[in-house]
Amino acid sequence: MDLKFLGFEQPIAELEARIDELKFVGDDSEVNVSEEIERLRRRSESLTRNIFSNLSAWQIAQLARHPQRPYTLDYIARCFTDFQELHGDRMYADDASIIACIARLQGQPVVVIGHQKGRDTRERVMRNYGMARPEGYRKALRLMRLAEKFRLPVITLIDTAGAYPGVGAEERGQSEAIARNLIAMAGLRTPIVSLVTGEGGSGGALAIGVADRVFMLQYSIYSVISPEGCASILWRSADKAEAAAEAMGITAERLLKLGLVDEVIAEPLGGAHRDPQATSEAVKNALLQALAELQPMPPDELIAARRKKLFGFGVYKEG
Amino acid sequence: MSWFDKLMPSRIRTQRRSRSVPEGLWVKCEACSAQLYRAELKRNLYVCPKCEHHLRIGARERLEMFLDANSEHEIAAKLEPQDPLRFRDSRRYRERLSTAQKETGETDALVVMAGTLKAIPLVAAAFEYRFIGGSMGSAVGERFVRGVQYCIEHRRPFVCFSASGGARMQEALFSLFQMSKTSAALAALGESGLPYVSVMTDPTMGGVSASIASLGDINVAEPRSLIGFAGPRVIQQTVGETLPEGFQRAELLLEKGALDMIVDRRKVRDEIASLLAKLTDRPEVS
Repeated sequence: MDLKFLGFEQPIAELEARIDELKFVGDDSEVNVSEEIERLRRRSESLTRNIFSNLSAWQIAQLARHPQRPYTLDYIARCFTDFQELHGDRMYADDASIIACIARLQGQPVVVIGHQKGRDTRERVMRNYGMARPEGYRKALRLMRLAEKFRLPVITLIDTAGAYPGVGAEERGQSEAIARNLIAMAGLRTPIVSLVTGEGGSGGALAIGVADRVFMLQYSIYSVISPEGCASILWRSADKAEAAAEAMGITAERLLKLGLVDEVIAEPLGGAHRDPQATSEAVKNALLQALAELQPMPPDELIAARRKKLFGFGVYKEG
Repeated sequence: MSWFDKLMPSRIRTQRRSRSVPEGLWVKCEACSAQLYRAELKRNLYVCPKCEHHLRIGARERLEMFLDANSEHEIAAKLEPQDPLRFRDSRRYRERLSTAQKETGETDALVVMAGTLKAIPLVAAAFEYRFIGGSMGSAVGERFVRGVQYCIEHRRPFVCFSASGGARMQEALFSLFQMSKTSAALAALGESGLPYVSVMTDPTMGGVSASIASLGDINVAEPRSLIGFAGPRVIQQTVGETLPEGFQRAELLLEKGALDMIVDRRKVRDEIASLLAKLTDRPEVS
């Protein structure tokens, strides 16, 4: 698949296009162009390094939503083995925007739950663009209870623009489904590790994101509302999304500094989609490390520590 | 506020709080347009005597009319909001806070009181919708948690009246995490075997609806309240069609199974006292 470049990557895209052209020439001419290609490659790399060393929050948001970014199923395929998907909330339907499965992480059984966006138009519609309805959150909760019962750790992968804003979703209790997950996860007697892989969009993200460890990929975002939504409410113009992204501090680096997430997992140069395998290995290592710390903890201790962490969120003045 | 009031430094202004219902001798019902005499309306707990429309009311008034007279003391009153992100849109968040504080007389959008309801000791919280849309930021979340902790410590039930647009954008992810923080407190309350009654009033939306408001052992709503996760405008844009009549109103939520009951404001004391008495094994209340 050809690499897609974002607006701010255009200078890199131009260099890469020239490299491709030269490669084509190199294939059927006698001129030796390999040196030139090598020179351009080095330039492309240093240009990428340069551009990526100074990304704005809005640029990072675009990377988080990159159409080629690895999704939950890509991580499941690369980090886990013996994967079996489980379906349905037992009440209404199966929501394909959330994947739930039992798999093995380095041999050890775990429950994995994650939002799934689609790659092409057909899949995007089937997955509802990764925006879950109540049945998605209820499926997730059902699997978390299963994990608790059989003492399996829960790993959640977050990548959603938000919970789906639709008539049916509201009528079936979108709010209640999200709220129920929050209270259940605050007391789930098994370790929970969450990783924001792309977009951590509001309540729809948090509904599978209450955890003992919260990780973010370097170019993922996590926010209370999308930059566009925030801009249209506070600035009364969706064009101010860039300013809203900056103001809300949605990037992994900023949120780590604010103490809201535990760890940032570095991505390969140019973003996770440039090297999904390397990204997955980093993810796998972080998950293994977290589980090694959490699994020896007795459930009561685990929950006490989780609650202490939750109660610690917030900045206020004791007047 | 008159020009004279504006000249005075805020700390010596005597007027401490204004009301949701505009001041004046006569009030117009926003539902049926009837002209109502303020004193009579107040006696009727701000329910229109002509059409039974429930006017929005402030947090402090709400708690005053809910709890037994002179039984209450405030919890975590001294908590004040901060601006951890130095957030600025068209206005600074700090300015929005100080404007809201002056207009409402509250430090933030939640008031929590320990008191009694028909002699049942409990803790009640109420959102102040006029304070940045009743939005939940760090101070609101912390106050809620302190209220719940007080309940656990003193073995009391908890009641929360919500009126909120959702999580507060100006505190960004801090606000989102108040949803999990407050829900964790309710998990602990539940484990202590203490009841929690959630009363949703107009409006209860977004992050508040998707956390504390939906988690009652008993979920109650005031008539005609707008209750939902996504705002009607967002949904309309998404589905591209007009929304059905009564969508996201309490009556439809009751029909869809999201609520235990809809309670007229004038019956809230009776109904909740009766519920709590049964859930905490007390004799029948009169």
